[in-house]
Amino acid sequence: MDFILLSILKTAIAAPVLLGTLAYLVWIERKVLAHVQLRIGPSRVGPHGLLQPIADAIKLLTKEDFIPSYVNKFYYWLAPWLALMFAVTAISVIPIGPVVEVFGIKTNMGQADISIGLLLILGLTGMGVYGIALAGWSSNNKYSLLGGLRSSAQMIAYELPMAMAIVSPLLIVNTLNLREIVNAQAGYTFGILPNWNVLGGGLQIFSFIIYLICAFAETNRIPFDLPEAENELVSGYNTEYSSMKFAAFFMAEYCNIITACSVATTLFLGGWHPIIPNELGGQFIPTLVCVFFAGVLFYHALNPSRPSDRLSMGAIGAVILGLGLMFQVPGVKDLAQPLFWFASKAGFLIFFFIWVRGTVPRFRYDQLMRFAWLFLFPAALLNLLVTAFIVALKSN
Amino acid sequence: MDVILFTFFGLVAIVGAVSLVIQKHPISSALSLVSVMVALSVLFLLLGAEFIAAAQLVVYSGAIMVLFVFVIMLLNAGAERESRKAGLAQFLGLPLTAVLLVFASYVITQSMSNAKAVKFGAFTGGGPREVGWALFTQYLLPFEVTSILILVAIAGAVVLARKEID
Repeated sequence: MDFILLSILKTAIAAPVLLGTLAYLVWIERKVLAHVQLRIGPSRVGPHGLLQPIADAIKLLTKEDFIPSYVNKFYYWLAPWLALMFAVTAISVIPIGPVVEVFGIKTNMGQADISIGLLLILGLTGMGVYGIALAGWSSNNKYSLLGGLRSSAQMIAYELPMAMAIVSPLLIVNTLNLREIVNAQAGYTFGILPNWNVLGGGLQIFSFIIYLICAFAETNRIPFDLPEAENELVSGYNTEYSSMKFAAFFMAEYCNIITACSVATTLFLGGWHPIIPNELGGQFIPTLVCVFFAGVLFYHALNPSRPSDRLSMGAIGAVILGLGLMFQVPGVKDLAQPLFWFASKAGFLIFFFIWVRGTVPRFRYDQLMRFAWLFLFPAALLNLLVTAFIVALKSN
Repeated sequence: MDVILFTFFGLVAIVGAVSLVIQKHPISSALSLVSVMVALSVLFLLLGAEFIAAAQLVVYSGAIMVLFVFVIMLLNAGAERESRKAGLAQFLGLPLTAVLLVFASYVITQSMSNAKAVKFGAFTGGGPREVGWALFTQYLLPFEVTSILILVAIAGAVVLARKEID
């Protein structure tokens, strides 16, 4: 099939899914945060607030797009779309499954499969800082400017240990192509321990931790969300923004979280490979997980704490049960199971991001910088040296 | 398709380079330079130099130019005031630029008269593996010498910065 036609088709599938995920990630974050803090969270729009993202989208679209008179118009307009564009583009090189055959067409699950995949992600996420820095500068507001400055300084500081942490597993898998990186992590040590880079593949646990810490800083998340520290800077770089421009920054941030978690999944957690070998029952785990959640929901449908739960819990439980059975349908199986593993690994990391937000307080800015340069960078360097030494010893 | 992309990003690079010179505000100039860097990276990609393209994106537009923009914002530099142009430069500036361009293109075409035309997609040796191999075998000495030079520069920067603090 024509390459361009296939790419357009894939984009047509991936783009709505991505935007839907972004919208519902906000709902998930608010819900998880609420439960961490013993609140209920969004619950008014639809059952369990499930329609809240749609209401939010309508609100943001129809809100007045207010442009303050003192801003630098061109850059003020450019900044949010710059941030969003680079954030969305970076996702395109991430492989979410093996090469599959759908309707007789052989294709890889993922948009682009290129030899410099990882470098491209680093480059594009690095470009994303222009959006934030420009927003802060063009707003012509001291708080915004401080937010933009903090963001660029933070990005530069944390990109170094992040790159160092990425290089260590690369020494083991010996390629920059994300698909080959995942393929190198296939198989199991002693038939049970997965050959993921973080486990049996090379015990890259320190690289993984350093990468995760840096990912928090690169995506401007708590505990490193100094660019928008609301008790110091009102809302930081996006203080002067409203309507869709504000939403664009929001979407860019969530997009960056998805990218960071997907990269961690491909680099360290073995991408779409199951945690237990398929021969030992790994292929039944997706179904079992779905059946478990469906069971919990059915229980709540039969013992409702609110009258409306009887219907909503039951309906969602039935959907999840159907999803679980789908994982065993022969034709769909090869497509759905890798997706399940990739999504559950990346999804757990995203949950971890939200979890940390509900748990850890914010750093002070000097602490943030000292931590990056005096602890994280030397630690990443040491980790790289040890890994290189072991790889050199092994290859002899 | 390749030709269309090449023309587009070539134009972006040229427009960005011209805008870099004529913009009054330092931020606008810096961002014009960023657009030149990004366009160059796409051109490298079109010619099959994948690793160079990624390095261009990561190092130049992602790191060095962010530092530039950061410093400009930190110093809060305003728009430049236009200086009084020297009389000679006002009249001879553009013609001399044109002469320089013509002369340069003449020299290049003369000295490379037997070079073949570039075909898109013909060169495939630009991946990270090939570049790494070349750097560590054929160009090992220049590579190591450059590394030492950069190391000395870093040490020098640290020494100079420390002197300022004391």
